[in-house]
Amino acid sequence: MMQQKEIVEKAKKAIEKLNPGIPFNIMEVCGSHTMAISKFGLRQILPKNIRLISGPGCPVCVTAQNEIDAVIDLSNKNVVVATFGDLIRVPGNRSSLQKERAKGREIKVFYSPLDALKYAEDNPDKEVIFIGIGFETTIPIVAITIKEAKEKKIKNYSVYSLHKTMPEALRALLNGRSNVQGFLLPGHVSAITGKYIYEFLPKEFGVGGVISGFEAEDILMSLIMLLKNYKNPLIQIQYKRVVKEEGNIEAQKMIEEIFEPCDSTWRGLGKIKGSGLMIRDKYKDFDAALKFGIKPIGEEIEIKGCRCGDVLKGHIYPNECSLFGKVCTPENPVGPCMVSSEGSCAAFYKYGV
Amino acid sequence: MERVLLSHGGGGTMMEKLIEEVFAKAFNNEYIDAMEDAALILGNLTFTTDSFTVKPLFFPGGDIGKLAVCGTVNDASMRGAKPLFLTSAFIIEEGFSLEELRKIVESMEDTAKKAGVKIVAGDTKVVEKGSVDKVFINTSGIGMVYEGANVSIKNARPGDVVLISGTIGDHGMAIMSAREELQFDPPILSDVSPLNKMIEKLMTLGKAVKVLRDPTRGGVAEVLYEISKMSGVGIKIYEDKLPVKESVKSACDLMGFDFLHLANEGKLIAVVDRKYAEEALEIMKSDKYGKDAAIIGEVNDSKLVTINTVYGTSRIIDRPIGELLPRIC
Repeated sequence: MMQQKEIVEKAKKAIEKLNPGIPFNIMEVCGSHTMAISKFGLRQILPKNIRLISGPGCPVCVTAQNEIDAVIDLSNKNVVVATFGDLIRVPGNRSSLQKERAKGREIKVFYSPLDALKYAEDNPDKEVIFIGIGFETTIPIVAITIKEAKEKKIKNYSVYSLHKTMPEALRALLNGRSNVQGFLLPGHVSAITGKYIYEFLPKEFGVGGVISGFEAEDILMSLIMLLKNYKNPLIQIQYKRVVKEEGNIEAQKMIEEIFEPCDSTWRGLGKIKGSGLMIRDKYKDFDAALKFGIKPIGEEIEIKGCRCGDVLKGHIYPNECSLFGKVCTPENPVGPCMVSSEGSCAAFYKYGV
Repeated sequence: MERVLLSHGGGGTMMEKLIEEVFAKAFNNEYIDAMEDAALILGNLTFTTDSFTVKPLFFPGGDIGKLAVCGTVNDASMRGAKPLFLTSAFIIEEGFSLEELRKIVESMEDTAKKAGVKIVAGDTKVVEKGSVDKVFINTSGIGMVYEGANVSIKNARPGDVVLISGTIGDHGMAIMSAREELQFDPPILSDVSPLNKMIEKLMTLGKAVKVLRDPTRGGVAEVLYEISKMSGVGIKIYEDKLPVKESVKSACDLMGFDFLHLANEGKLIAVVDRKYAEEALEIMKSDKYGKDAAIIGEVNDSKLVTINTVYGTSRIIDRPIGELLPRIC
């Protein structure tokens, strides 16, 4: 245990030595990083000018309200809605899956889309729709279920794809008013994508990034790597025990086989071109959007007073929003960042740092 | 229309609200307002009740019958009392296997014997298929407070020491991994066990034992919050002092849970006068169910529930909201 404290002390010294002295904002774009930073209390050991800010990294948080509404409409069609756990608490404009379940709708939580497919296979009289949210970490497994469903001719399984991909969102962020000097890049997503998808960050925007693991030691090491190279921005991998430069080619092929890019609306950020994934024509029988004729309706309605957009863009810390902790809490989340346990507001609320 | 959500039963902030706004409001009296694990009645008797709905009915380390006895034995003990008599009421789904029912009842009797309590009254209802999930059990219990004991959720004071009787989160993770069919090596077993013998020994310390609470639903985090709220104090615990099995820790990492939120069914948290802390620890460790006991923190006047991390930082402990939901990635 002493060891961890020593590592932190060493890292602290290294960071102080490398401190550029100017306001230096480092954005993490992965919910697990957001959680880890708060849980380990890492902000407490950084110099004041080095700020860790949370970008749009939590897949649940960036799912648009009207997308949630569409999922709720789906749940009313006498089907089984299969989903990852933390989606069920997310409020749409009218309700949440949790509330719909209390009304008697069939909403089931699965750890893996493979379990949902198996459930469909075991219950051929039920229509099972998996709600595909998330980034490249979970997308390949969803892709596998679609491929398997086609091969095994499982007709009662489909996927409602609300998947999102990171690069275009980062581009949109940096194209807007941005306050970011460096990125802490997601370890799990990058294990699939590899590092090349981020090369545009230094090339086009002069901003570096480090693909980081999730232990306190990993994150501190990544910060040191970022600071070392801030004058000569580049994409580096700290999480080498998991992430290869080229990523997981098999998984990339699997995604490519089933999905193609489309526009997507991000909660708090709006519509971003080419930042979503839809199911290819070849697999259209497994596309719940087509099968049940659903789509997000209407514009994203702005929530009064909610500054999740500013939080996601890194303009403010969660506790600088006037709703934070007063009207907006994990039990009654107003904005997306409070909804998921990985959201930056939820992490701030939970851990107070 | 407002509806009851699963989260209202999760032992966190949502459940607290439901109890305050519905039950405590209607059953308004000094006993219920005390918000203790067991009510203190007729001077020195403890009286408590609990219902048990667990899926699967048979899980690694126990079954619903053992759970139904231990849960009430433990609650009836948590005022520094000796549990004496239990009742048991069954609600059974039409079509439920008689063999499994027998097993459950035998397990109840076996556990009651080990705990030294008697099941003295019962009730049985059978309902149509689909009205309940297999079998639900309610048990109530009566106990007698030990001479000289003064144990209450309100009694923690700055300077007192916080102990836990063993590893954290075993039951919650055992159930979760059984439900999700996750295999761990070694397998994670529920800690379900009766703690009344340990409490009997602890009570030889008399008034030095100030608070006893079993961290069931809502876990250690929720109990620390309850003590903090009801005693009007703060609590600081130390991450490096917390006894947690490696397997439970890594399963938590995998599924995105905080072990401080996981249910325990064979552990107690004690707040003890600092002078008697080491003695209390020795008593716990000498008990069959307390060999991993540890001093984990102390009471202060900050009104906050905080943890000092192994990284030398400090943060507020996160309070569970309701249903434990796995994170997406």
